[in-house]
Amino acid sequence: MKYNILIAGVGGQGVVLASRMLALAAMKAGFHVSTAETIGMSQREGSVSSHIRIGDKISGSLIPIGQADLLLGLEPAETVRNLPFLKKGGKVLVNTHAIQPASRPPGCPEYKSAALLSFLCEYYPDILCSDFTELAEDVGTYRTANVAMLGAAVGARVLPFPESTLRAVLDAEIPERYRAVNKAAFERAMKCIRLISGT
Amino acid sequence: MSLLTEKKLLMGNEAIALGAIETGVQVVTGYPGTPSTEALETIIRYADRCGIYTEWSSNEKVALETAIGAAYSGAKALVTMKQVGLNVASDPLMSLSYIGIKGALVLLVADDPGPHSSQTEQDTRVFGHFANIPVLDPATPQEAYELTKLAFELSHEFEIPVILRTTTRVSHSSGDVEVAVTEPALVESVDEGFVKDRRWTIFPRLTAERHPWLESVQDQLSERFSELSFNSVSGSGKIGIIASGVSALYVREAVETVRSFEELFTLFRVGTVYPFPEKAVLSFLKGIDRLIVAEELDPYLEEQVLQLIGRAHLSVEVYGKKNGFFPVSGEYNVDLVIDGINLALEACGESLRLSHALPTISGEKLPPLPVRAPTLCAGCMHRTVFYAFKQAAKQLKKESQADTIFSGDIGCYTLGNAYPLNMVDTCLCMGAGISIAGGLFRTNPKAKHVAFIGDSTFFHSGIPAVINAVYNRADITLAVLDNRTTAMTGHQPHPGIGLTALGSASRAIKIADVVQSCGVEFVRTVDTVDEDSLESCVKAAKEAMNFKGLSVIVFKGRCAGIIKPDKYYEIKPEACTGCGFCIKELGCPALNLASDKPVIQDSCSGCGLCAQVCPSEAICLGGEKL
Repeated sequence: MKYNILIAGVGGQGVVLASRMLALAAMKAGFHVSTAETIGMSQREGSVSSHIRIGDKISGSLIPIGQADLLLGLEPAETVRNLPFLKKGGKVLVNTHAIQPASRPPGCPEYKSAALLSFLCEYYPDILCSDFTELAEDVGTYRTANVAMLGAAVGARVLPFPESTLRAVLDAEIPERYRAVNKAAFERAMKCIRLISGT
Repeated sequence: MSLLTEKKLLMGNEAIALGAIETGVQVVTGYPGTPSTEALETIIRYADRCGIYTEWSSNEKVALETAIGAAYSGAKALVTMKQVGLNVASDPLMSLSYIGIKGALVLLVADDPGPHSSQTEQDTRVFGHFANIPVLDPATPQEAYELTKLAFELSHEFEIPVILRTTTRVSHSSGDVEVAVTEPALVESVDEGFVKDRRWTIFPRLTAERHPWLESVQDQLSERFSELSFNSVSGSGKIGIIASGVSALYVREAVETVRSFEELFTLFRVGTVYPFPEKAVLSFLKGIDRLIVAEELDPYLEEQVLQLIGRAHLSVEVYGKKNGFFPVSGEYNVDLVIDGINLALEACGESLRLSHALPTISGEKLPPLPVRAPTLCAGCMHRTVFYAFKQAAKQLKKESQADTIFSGDIGCYTLGNAYPLNMVDTCLCMGAGISIAGGLFRTNPKAKHVAFIGDSTFFHSGIPAVINAVYNRADITLAVLDNRTTAMTGHQPHPGIGLTALGSASRAIKIADVVQSCGVEFVRTVDTVDEDSLESCVKAAKEAMNFKGLSVIVFKGRCAGIIKPDKYYEIKPEACTGCGFCIKELGCPALNLASDKPVIQDSCSGCGLCAQVCPSEAICLGGEKL
């Protein structure tokens, strides 16, 4: 068994936490796991990604080009940026909520998220997308968009371990005062994706 | 020791911490630096329970010297730092190798190929070679845990410090680690303590006496390393591949795609890189006729094997960095290793090629993407200070035609270099900004010179530069950006906070008092938190820049990454003309051009800088944050 997940987003979106939850669940399910996170300077509003490698064997923590089974994109441009990691037939889940860069130095392309989203939908017809930031905001706070994306991955049935394993990890790892709001985002996103994808 | 083990998801740095605790480490010191910081942070969490003395030291040299004192007394000591921190600590380290230690002393030094968060791509394996200090090089968090324990054993047995060298992909990689089930227990006290002996006082004659010992230890360690399972051989092919650290995993993954790769290749994984395990490598070399070397950073293994091949008169062709088969810089990955191996296979006339996985789309075919450079946080006090100096410099240019050169330093405020602030003209290493400004003043006397330094960096290595500027009468301005934390590495305390690593009360050293006692005549403290702080910051900046001699302003604020904002600002759409001045001038991530007019997003932490620059007074306090 070998399953590679890449989570892409912007510093501050909770990519590291989402990655940790998936890694713990994979470990609980009896697999070896190896993750690589962006920590340090890039965390300040920069592009960040987490590589999560799950399998029967230990490997280096970086996913090679074209070997991600699942790309969880917390932001449209960051999803596109990491597409080369996706393998043929790999699944993509996207949060359509765009985050504009803090500034646009002269000569840098303007960020038109609608164009990138239509590129994604054209290129990957079975892509699953929704505004998970808005969904999270609706049930409490936009900050839980990361956990909402985990719910979406469960809804799309694309994770290599049972739903209950991930739920148990979330229960154990998320501090009590944030648990209810995270759970609400998780459930809503899961239902939302089941509805969209008909799974 | 308990034989029971359990699996935990650990970051490499956490695994190192647990390994050290299990060994019974008694004294742990360090200075924060990405990617090393979490090791000491993890030990801090166990420090009280286990009675481990733990400190964030003022810099890496001080951290190492403190650990040395403890090890002279028989303690097991650990000191943590990033690779450039080892440069700061190199003075004590170079001498210490001659003296040796009594208890055990391990240095965790984290390298940063890429680099992701560093000034250099230096290779600590080579530093260990230069300093005659053994270096262990783990590939995974599991190995980091095990090699930490080995490092303490070797250090104690050979009475020499040992470097545990990691890279970002080991220190900041998380994985399932099998650790011993142990209840955190009180560490043993150092029973004998310091025993007076001439061996602890370095002196030319003692150095001359000790040098042969130091060299003989290198030979003994090389022998020992040749027997360790951390250096392993697999496969039986005539094409050898040698690698250390995480590169060894990339090699394995690259060749595994080939059927019966074990018959084509022989892989040698080096876990103990210095002293080079010559005996083991020699017997590996004798079984192959071609050798591929895959390693990040310096061609360290390559030089070692080339030397060995020459000395043993072997006929083995070597393919590495030196003859252009692998990149000489940057971080490696599986794809890059595949390319290197394929080039080597081609050069040695093999028809076999390793294949890459096919992506759904290649990087070149992606549509244009926004550039997302790291930025100062919304509400960061540094933005206010940088912007104030920008205005002050503009005014001075108008008034006296003087240009201003801004020297930056290492920390979050290095990000002042980014568009649109563009306020960092030089940046080199910790504490260098002040002295570089001094040098710039000697050669550009007509210009104004401003150096920026953070609070933690000021204590780390800024003070000698302040003294030098006073002593040698440099006409420069120093802006201390005092946000009361070591922000970039995750908010560690420092000597100015009044708290120790464990959170107990300590004497807070005031930066203004320090510079005053160094003889600085112009010292001001300016608050950046007030709603009209920009005006007072500009005024103070101008005054300081007009002062002849060293002028120091300590700007006080709060790190936006720590405080819970209590208010937010908003834009009155009826008053906003949509000129976009706030966005173009400040580059604050909370400001966003939604359609034709800017909006302020949830991430606003209420600093109010944008309200102070808006030419139409269209930005006002929106309300309180709950």
